[in-house]
Amino acid sequence: MSILVYTESENGKLKKAALEVVSYAKAVADQMGTSVTAVAVNADNVESLGNYGASKVLLVKDDSLKDFNAKKYATVVAEAAKNEAAKVVVVSSSADSKYLAPLLAVNLEAGYVSNVIAAPSNVEPFTVKRSAFTNKAFANVEITTDVKIVGLSNNSYGLVESGGNASVEDFSPSIPESGVSVESVDKATDKVSIADAEIVVSGGRGLKGPENWGMIEELADVLGAATACSKPVSDLGWRPHSEHVGQTGKPVASNLYIAVGISGAIQHLAGINSSKVKVVINTDAEAPFFKAADYGVVGDAFEVVPQLIEKLKAFKASNA
Amino acid sequence: MKILVCISHVPDTTSKINFTDGDSKFDTNGVQFVINPNDEFGLTRAMWFKEKQGASVDVVNVGGAETEPTLRKALAIGADSAIRVNTEATDGFSVAKQLAKVVNDGGYDLVIAGRESIDYNGAMVPGMLAGMTGANYVTNCIGLEVDGTTVKAVREIDGGKETVNTSLPLIIGGQKGLVEESDLRIPNMRGIMMARKKPLKVIEPIEASAETKSVSFEKPAPKGAVKLVDADNIDELVSLLHNEAKVI
Repeated sequence: MSILVYTESENGKLKKAALEVVSYAKAVADQMGTSVTAVAVNADNVESLGNYGASKVLLVKDDSLKDFNAKKYATVVAEAAKNEAAKVVVVSSSADSKYLAPLLAVNLEAGYVSNVIAAPSNVEPFTVKRSAFTNKAFANVEITTDVKIVGLSNNSYGLVESGGNASVEDFSPSIPESGVSVESVDKATDKVSIADAEIVVSGGRGLKGPENWGMIEELADVLGAATACSKPVSDLGWRPHSEHVGQTGKPVASNLYIAVGISGAIQHLAGINSSKVKVVINTDAEAPFFKAADYGVVGDAFEVVPQLIEKLKAFKASNA
Repeated sequence: MKILVCISHVPDTTSKINFTDGDSKFDTNGVQFVINPNDEFGLTRAMWFKEKQGASVDVVNVGGAETEPTLRKALAIGADSAIRVNTEATDGFSVAKQLAKVVNDGGYDLVIAGRESIDYNGAMVPGMLAGMTGANYVTNCIGLEVDGTTVKAVREIDGGKETVNTSLPLIIGGQKGLVEESDLRIPNMRGIMMARKKPLKVIEPIEASAETKSVSFEKPAPKGAVKLVDADNIDELVSLLHNEAKVI
């Protein structure tokens, strides 16, 4: 018996979310008196997972798994779980992990809880806290099946280095046929995605037009942040839909969320509420966002943002 | 093409979220329920297949009689008939199990559910349904074209999108992008009148026990007041983010 964790990579490089799920799995393993086994697909440097608490890594190298495929990957993780007689399987909340987890749950006849935000409050019965009602509440959920799947909300647990070592074993499960194949991928490779970002800089209609996004991108660059936008901005076609955050867009769970020229409609706030620290910059002191934010600047974005960029550059230079 | 659209009956976005019975149940008192927004994009796309490609469109909900107005609304938007599986929706797994029976019995080619509901946000029913029925599956779907049994779908991924080729039978986890918000339909009087005469079949559930149980709910701790920084003193904001919030 062990805790199995699925560690995602992109172009061979382990994602930050992979290190976070291993850190989390280590805490669960300690609670249950067992060890952590990671499963990785076509990833490099997987020994590094030892530092976050994995004692073993099952490494799959297979060209047929070059593109992510939910059914094939779910089978890989399921086979690894069976191999290890895992009682708990931990996955992240990336788009891909949320795609495969329900298939994995059916395959393993395991109860699955998504959007989990903390280590189990109890392992017998196994109980975890998750966000619900689009971040307006939390639910404490008991998983009653023998095998349990936990989907950890990104940035909710953080990275914990435990300084251990992991042994690496080759793993070659049989991969099923899948009726879904990737034709093309359209993705900005030089930009951090909203799901992976620790900081998100988001712009709203207060920016007046797509031609003014330069300063949002510059602010994001200085902070190493992802860029996002409000719904009206994506509806108007100023920015792509993939940047739209909110209830019907992408959820944001970053450490820092900076909203520029966004009034804070309830649907928007619902999607970004699980960000830890929220900053709002808006000309309208009555904007609802000020009630949801931790820090606010009442002022014109076109004056405040360039100043903020300049001050942050100076701050980075003096802290480099 | 036979299409089934799964409709979740959820509290309207602006609803106050409260709990009763020792914080063990959602308090529906004074709450207005709507079609789950992610499902509504799927329903509207299904209407397009009905009008342009002659598809039939049924809608289904797993829930008690209180969810029927939501199903009637889907009928008023244009679905042909509705099915209600007469049991309380307890967790994603048990709901998927009930839906799998409906899908298999009805011989549906295409099932569109929302990528997640806006109340429990489980994001698991369409995937579990695919696992149980063996159908192909694409979630976070923002584009869907069907030609015969051949399907081209677009999935939103972290940081972009991917185009996939697949085929019917297919389960879709839909969301905004499947149609645009401006394409969503408000039922008109004629639609509402017709919906009253359309069939709404109530079927009894099969045995399907839940795998997870929500034991209690809690609300986030009340947030402190916003700390305002003067627009002429952005240095202070940088300092607060560094020293107090410790996020930069």
